[in-house]
Amino acid sequence: MSHNSKRSPFLVTMLCFGMAFLYIPMFMLVFYSFNYSKIVPVWGGFSTRWYTTLFESEEVWEAVILSLKIASISACFATILGTLAGIALVRFGRFRGHTLFSGMITAPLVMPEVITGLSLLLLFIALGDVFGWPEKRGFSTITIAHITFSMAFVAVIIQSRLAGMTQDLEEAAQDLGAKPLRVLIDITLPLLMPGMMAGWLLAFTLSLDDLIIASFVSGPGAVTLPMLIYSRVRVGLHPDINALGTIIIVVVAIGVLLAGWIMLRQQKQRKLEETLSGN
Amino acid sequence: MSQENNSMAGFNTSSYKLPNTSLWQKLSHKLQKNWKSAVIFIPFFWLLLFFLAPFFIVLKISLSEATIASPPYLPMVSWLDEGIVQIKIVIDNFAYLWEDDLYVDTYINSVRIAGVSTFICLLLGYPIAYAIVRAPQTTKNILLLLIILPFWTSFLLRVYAWIGLLSDQGSINDLLLYIGIIDEPIRLLYTQFAVYVGIVYTYLPFMILPLYANMEKLDLTLLEAASDLGSKPFTTFLTVTLPLTIPGIIAGSLLVFIPATGEYVIPDLLGGGNVLMIGRVLYNEFAANFDWPVASAVAIALLLVLVLPMMLYQRIQAQEVEAKQ
Repeated sequence: MSHNSKRSPFLVTMLCFGMAFLYIPMFMLVFYSFNYSKIVPVWGGFSTRWYTTLFESEEVWEAVILSLKIASISACFATILGTLAGIALVRFGRFRGHTLFSGMITAPLVMPEVITGLSLLLLFIALGDVFGWPEKRGFSTITIAHITFSMAFVAVIIQSRLAGMTQDLEEAAQDLGAKPLRVLIDITLPLLMPGMMAGWLLAFTLSLDDLIIASFVSGPGAVTLPMLIYSRVRVGLHPDINALGTIIIVVVAIGVLLAGWIMLRQQKQRKLEETLSGN
Repeated sequence: MSQENNSMAGFNTSSYKLPNTSLWQKLSHKLQKNWKSAVIFIPFFWLLLFFLAPFFIVLKISLSEATIASPPYLPMVSWLDEGIVQIKIVIDNFAYLWEDDLYVDTYINSVRIAGVSTFICLLLGYPIAYAIVRAPQTTKNILLLLIILPFWTSFLLRVYAWIGLLSDQGSINDLLLYIGIIDEPIRLLYTQFAVYVGIVYTYLPFMILPLYANMEKLDLTLLEAASDLGSKPFTTFLTVTLPLTIPGIIAGSLLVFIPATGEYVIPDLLGGGNVLMIGRVLYNEFAANFDWPVASAVAIALLLVLVLPMMLYQRIQAQEVEAKQ
């Protein structure tokens, strides 16, 4: 069982099975989006009519725009707050409340969404009673809820990047007389940029994907895309939802492939530079 | 009264002496001195307000009496005549949960479904993660991308895809009928089986990724040493690989088990009315029955069930950061 031993047939079988398990449902979703028949699992010939239905639906567009707005704004705030939290937890030693703070950062990662959703809704209602804000629930309350749970994910990414980073550059800057705040802004933050970008993307996706928390804290008139999908899907299969799913899968796949390609190119470039510099 | 006037006057003079610009300068000077506190304080305050405080509100409402009004519960603290404060704490909601077999069964059922799903995820995820670790570098990157990709697409749509596969006219029934294993469609959708499939499908990447991260750090020379010393592959696995990957197993299992216990969408879409899980009960108590105190009590009880695994997860997460430093 050494490192370079032949491929174990068992492992290869499991891998193929796992990939099939992950991808066949998605493939079927895409396949039936081109089905003419209104009944999803019965094939009635090739057609793109569900895409037309989808694009003509004002409801869908409104939901898409609302979801994108919430996702981009909450991702920005979550990245800022999560980065601050990550820096505080890794670089500031043990300050007062450290344990509570790190507990509050990890808990949202695994907290069941029904609990987060219910508790935030009750908070917004209580705040509304006492301070008169939020007057009505919707865009702002969903955004706040999404910031709160996705900043935890950003903080974990930043924490792990910071912990894995050598402090050589920061120490060098400090030795040359830079004040700690300068070091943070000029050295640490630029080094953290890739982590912050990954965090932003993750926060953006988490927000776009969230159904439960948004359903709890939303109010009349504010329907996000997952909420719209859910209200349709609950009563049965909808071919236009298949079309929507196909678009999402294609967009994500292109994005992920692009990111993978960029990463691979950077890796190659680094290797090339290393060989050129004689390492 | 006169004191108040004095302080007002004092405030006025001081703000008169400090024009806006110097106030700003003072503030930025303060910030420069205390920037560390600001870095800690801003996210800390946000979490206190939007993460911790809500739990106390849930706790408070779970101990309040239900009523038909808006909001549908009675205040815990009320002013009686002559300035007497009445604090009324009711544990009826919790007693109600405890005495009603439906709730107890639902909790047990949720934990069981989540536990079994976690175990299936582990059985599937472990060899997959191991296969990825042992693949050559380029294949490894592609496989990892393939595992992560579903995570970026909509979770809801991926669960929805299973309705099409599992329904009576769905692809799985079609296939089984075509092969001739069955003569008429079997019921797959709206069963416990469908819920298991949905949970395993959704959470499998959450099992594979921590396992992969753990196995990648595995010292392969240990395995070589074991085999050089004559250990059979299976014995090596049991005595070397498995014990070394226990941190990954625990992290992955918690990442699947905790959210799966409170799952709402999967039992609702794939289990129909036949599979009771606590997340659905909570949502229904709140949204359909409008019983906030009972919904809050359900949430608190669910938290109590999950508090130990959550603390364990928190501990592992902290250890990982420390180990890296």
